[in-house]
Parts: sequence; C-alpha cells; structure tokens
Amino acid sequence: MAHGPAKGIGRWLFTTNHKDIGTLYLWFSMAMFLLGGAFAMIIRAELFQPGLQIVDPEFFNQMTTMHGLVMVFGAIMPAFVGLANWMIPMMIGAPDMALPRMNNWSFWILPFAFLMLASTMFMEGGGPNFGWTFYAPLSTTYAPPSVTFFIFAIHIMGASSIMGSINIIATVLNLRAPGMTLTKMPLFVWTWLITAYLLVSVMPVLAGAVTMMLMDIHFGTSFFDAAGGGDPVLFQHVFWFFGHPEVYIIILPGFGVVSQVIPAFSRKPLFGYSSMVYATASIAFLSFIVWAHHMFTVGMPIAGELYFMYATMLIAVPTGVKVFNWITTMWRGSLTFETPMLFAIAFVVLFVMGGFTGLMLGIASADIQYHDSYFVVAHFHYTMVAGAIFSLTAGIYYWLPKWTGNMYNEMLGKTQFWIAFVGFNLAFFPQHFVGLAGMQRRVPDYAVQFADFNMLSSIGAFMFGMAQLLLLFNVISTIVGGKKADKDKVWDGAEGLEWTVPSPAPYHTFSTPPQVK
Amino acid sequence: MAQAHVGKTAAKLVVVAVGMFAFAVYVMPPLYYVFCDILGIDGRGALVAVERKDSVVDESRVIRVTFMATNNREMPWEFRPNDAILEVHPGQVVNTSFFARNTTDEAMISRAIPSFVPSSSAEYFHKVECFCFENQPLAPGESVDMGLQFYLDPDLPKNVTNITASYTIFDITETVSQQKLSQR
Repeated sequence: MAHGPAKGIGRWLFTTNHKDIGTLYLWFSMAMFLLGGAFAMIIRAELFQPGLQIVDPEFFNQMTTMHGLVMVFGAIMPAFVGLANWMIPMMIGAPDMALPRMNNWSFWILPFAFLMLASTMFMEGGGPNFGWTFYAPLSTTYAPPSVTFFIFAIHIMGASSIMGSINIIATVLNLRAPGMTLTKMPLFVWTWLITAYLLVSVMPVLAGAVTMMLMDIHFGTSFFDAAGGGDPVLFQHVFWFFGHPEVYIIILPGFGVVSQVIPAFSRKPLFGYSSMVYATASIAFLSFIVWAHHMFTVGMPIAGELYFMYATMLIAVPTGVKVFNWITTMWRGSLTFETPMLFAIAFVVLFVMGGFTGLMLGIASADIQYHDSYFVVAHFHYTMVAGAIFSLTAGIYYWLPKWTGNMYNEMLGKTQFWIAFVGFNLAFFPQHFVGLAGMQRRVPDYAVQFADFNMLSSIGAFMFGMAQLLLLFNVISTIVGGKKADKDKVWDGAEGLEWTVPSPAPYHTFSTPPQVK
Repeated sequence: MAQAHVGKTAAKLVVVAVGMFAFAVYVMPPLYYVFCDILGIDGRGALVAVERKDSVVDESRVIRVTFMATNNREMPWEFRPNDAILEVHPGQVVNTSFFARNTTDEAMISRAIPSFVPSSSAEYFHKVECFCFENQPLAPGESVDMGLQFYLDPDLPKNVTNITASYTIFDITETVSQQKLSQR
C-alpha cells in the first residue's frame, strides 16, 4: 500500500491515483486553454480593424466556434474536474476517488476527443463553423462534412464528464471520513456535488441532441429538418435544456473555490454556510426551468416569454445571497491580499457585473435588441472568464504550495493579476457599448464607427493572453524550484483537512481515515 | 462495506444518465409538438386531414386569405399559387390549388410545409385535403396542380380579418432515397 508512484510514462498512462489524475486534468486543460486562447487571439487580431485583413470569413467562423468549444469543454470543465480530483478526497478525508480505474478512463478518452475535434480543421471543408451552440440546420443540412467527427468528439467528452461526475458523487456520498457529515463538508465539495448531479442530468441531453443531428445527417430522419416534418426550433429547446444547466456547471465549482479562498485570507469562517449550500442547490434547480431565455427571439407565446423572464430573474436571489455572504465574510476580517485573494475579490466584483448584464438580457422585451450582439459576448465573458477562469486561477495559486511543496513567486502572481485584470476589462468592457450600438457577434467585419472600441478590445485581449503565459511560467518555476513551503498549513487563515497533510501532499493521503470532530 | 455502497451509487447514477439520454431523444421531440399543438404556436397547424363538417357558413364575415409559395434554398422547381388571394366566409368549403413544375432534368421528390400568419390562426384553418399531407414526386419537366380544400372554423377570433397561408417546398429526394436504403 505504501508504495510511491510508478516510474516513467506508465505512471501517467495507468495511474489510478487521484492526485496524478488531477494533475493530468489540470495540464490537459492548460494546454486546451492555450489552444482556445490562440483562437481568441486570431479573432481579436482580425477584429483589430474594420475590414478583412488576416483570415477569410470562413476560417473566422471556425475560430469563433472552436474557441467556444475548446474553452468550455476543453479548458474550464476539465480544469474544475482536475481540482475536484486533487482536492475532494483530501478535503473529506478519503484515501482516493471511489472509482479509481474509471477515473483513469474518464481522463484518457478526453485527449482523443479533442484530437478528433482539432483534426477537423485540417479536413476538406474545414472544421465546425456553425458557432459553439451548433444550431440546426446550420450544423446539419449546411454543415461541413467534418461535422460527424465533431459529433463523436462531443459524445466522447460527454461520456468523460458523466463518468467523472459519477465518480465525484460516489466519492462524496460514500468515502467521507468518520465525523465528516454532509453539513461539515467544505463548500468546494458541496458545490462540486451539486455540479456533478447537474452534469449527470444534462450531459446525456447534449449527447441526445448530437445523436439526433447524426441521425438527421446520415440516417434520413427529420428531427430538425422542416422538409421532413421536423422543426429547427426543437433543436434550440433541446440544446438549451442542456445549455443553461451547463453554464452553472461552469460557474458553481468556481463559487466553491472562492468560498474556500475568501475565508482563508479574511481569517474568518465563511459567513452563512448553510445559506450558501441552499443557494447553490436553488441555483441548480432553477437552471432546469429557465432555458428558453436564450431564445426569446424564436417566437414564443407572450405567456412563455413572461414565465421564462420571471423565472430567470428569480436566479438573482440565490446568487445575491452568495455575493452578500462573500462580502460579509470579508467584513471586519483581517484581510491580506495574496494572489489567490486578489483573484477571488476580482471574481466577486466582475461576476456581479456579469450577473447584472445577465439580468438585462433576461428582460424579454429588451433582449430582442441585445440578442446575438456583442453585449451578449461581453456578458458571458464577464461570467465565464472573470467567473470561471479567475476562480480557477485563485484555486491554482491557493493550492499550488500544497501540491508542489514550493511557494510560487508572489510578485509574479500579483503582476499576472494586474495585467489580467486590466486586460480583461479593457477587452470586454467596451464590448457592452458596441453591442448596444448594434455590432453583431460572430462576424469578421464591422461598421467603421466601432473601430476605436474594437481596437481597445483587441489590445486588452492581447494583454490578457500574455498574463496567462505568466501563469504558465509561474506554475512551472514553482514546480522545478522556488522557496519551500515550510508549514503544512501554508496559509495561516486556511482551514480544512487538506492543510493537515504535509506539503507537498504525499502520494497517498488518509489511508487511515482521520477523525473529524 | 463502502465498496458495495459505491457500486450502488454508481449504478443509480448510470440509470439517471441513460434515462436522461432517452428523455432527450424519445420524449422531448414528441413533447415539443404536443406543446406546439396545445399553444398553437408553430403556425403550421396539423398535417392530417380534418373531417369535413357541414357547419354554418357565417356570411357576415369576410376573411381575406393570401396564398404564398416559397422555394426552400436550392429548390429549383417553379412553384406558385393558382389563386393569390381568396375572400372566404368562415365555414365555407373552398377549393384552390398550387402549381408546381420540375424544371430540372432529374426526377425529384418535394414536400410542402405550410405556415400561417397570424400563427394563432393555424388551428382554425382546417385542411380537408392538402398536398402538404404527402410527398410530391415529379418527372423531369412534369408539372402538376396540387389541390387544397379547406374551410375556416367559424370560431375564428373576431379580430382576425386577414390570413396568410404560406407554403414552402423542400427538396427531399435525397432524404427519401436514404430512408429507402436504411429500410432495406
């Protein structure tokens, strides 16, 4: 039992160790993050000036599509699964994940899914060019031939996510240390438990949607084909029935990370623990009944529009509870501003802005103006970049000393934060204005009056991209060297079982379960 | 033992995942059409024949029905209504037709899908006979008058004075041949 890791490449290929698999997930998502980021840089370079200069429109469409797909399914989701693999067993006092062999499998099919997805770009007719939401009939009747590879890639990553979530639920429900009751679990574990339930419920719906596409394309069915008695609007309903829970799948683990980081650097326990749990559960429940607010413009009866509008507004209540709890946790705390805390505070501020624009978009009558404009792009980047990416970065810096046993370079971390913070806002804040003024998303050219804001936007995006290279550099230099983290409890305000094990965390932890008081 | 509990939890979750897949493919599409029919929102109306009822003709009202013909993308046929506009009384059974001609050198199969504006009028537009119930094959250069027999429900809301009945024809030659292949 007390053996260390295997030698060579076999360690990574055949590992069933939750820490190894967590590391694999995190590195994979870093690679995908850089790939998706490169696509974003191409988009922003093309949009630096009006007119067409760098890429042709057909390729631009592939870039917007692939950027969205790679970031959502390749960068953000696997990164949070990586954090879950690393931290959940250590936070609940379990020796490993409940289903370690399946854990290996759910990771190792992922690179093949994305290899397949990326390879479509070199096929005849190019890769997916129909937007990451792949609305039919654009993704069926008018799709490039490579769409079949796209469909199978989605199937594989869906299977990976479902297996990962089953593993997380089975671990949390069955492997908690004695005394670790559900209501004593750290909030990161709680948010992941709820997220995993969301994933198990909606990833099969996405698989169903792409399966219906596959049938329409190759087997002569007409789920989404009006000519055969189907309806393209049906696709949008099925997609967003998956898609809306998906946006909470992306953000809820981020809420969990921030709920660990803020108390640690405020040196106070989290304010309103049980209300945080209930708020997370309410958000998860509401996510299933608001999907059609993504499609106010398809032509719904007024009663439907009103229902989806009010139900959407309701989500602001539990989200508000969370935000106020974070602020109250900081209130009169003994605050210090290390890099994780900076990212966590920026997360709270910027996510609130993304939430407010979300409320604006949720107003059915106003959404007809905002729909498919850059205002929407600004909104979801405020929630997904400042939400998911910032909270991930906070989590990585927070736990990196525990993973590696070395302190990261604080100066470099803070530099990264400020470049990322300024770059992010420079990139996305002006997009609110151009969006309200009528600039559409997913178009490689724009009217000249948007030129100045777009140039600012591109400069901000390049800054933000550069900041991520600092993150990569900082992580690598922490792994290869850096000051030793001399204490088990790296941060004096941090609480939880993960801080009771040595730094770096040994290959096997909690082989005998700890007693939780 | 913990391992037995893990197995049980995982088995339950697999059932949930498989169930949700089945829900998406087998339940959501039919459910969607049930909702559309109840709410009358897809503007298409039922694609099955309605029994002709001898209802009272409401001669006090005149409804202007405009017929439109649209070709879906890359559908080369000539397609037009033989009557552009008809003025009808609710309850009155009306016969009209659409003209279609295959302008290509190949045998083709088409399918017409109706759409009504205002969309709420779709459920009051009763089709006794409609070319939209069936596929329409045409030999190269062949033409046909495709019949439509309908009456408007006398319960048609009072505020409706104009109805636009728009038919779009789709080229389904390829789809039909694929279906034949997969049935074989």
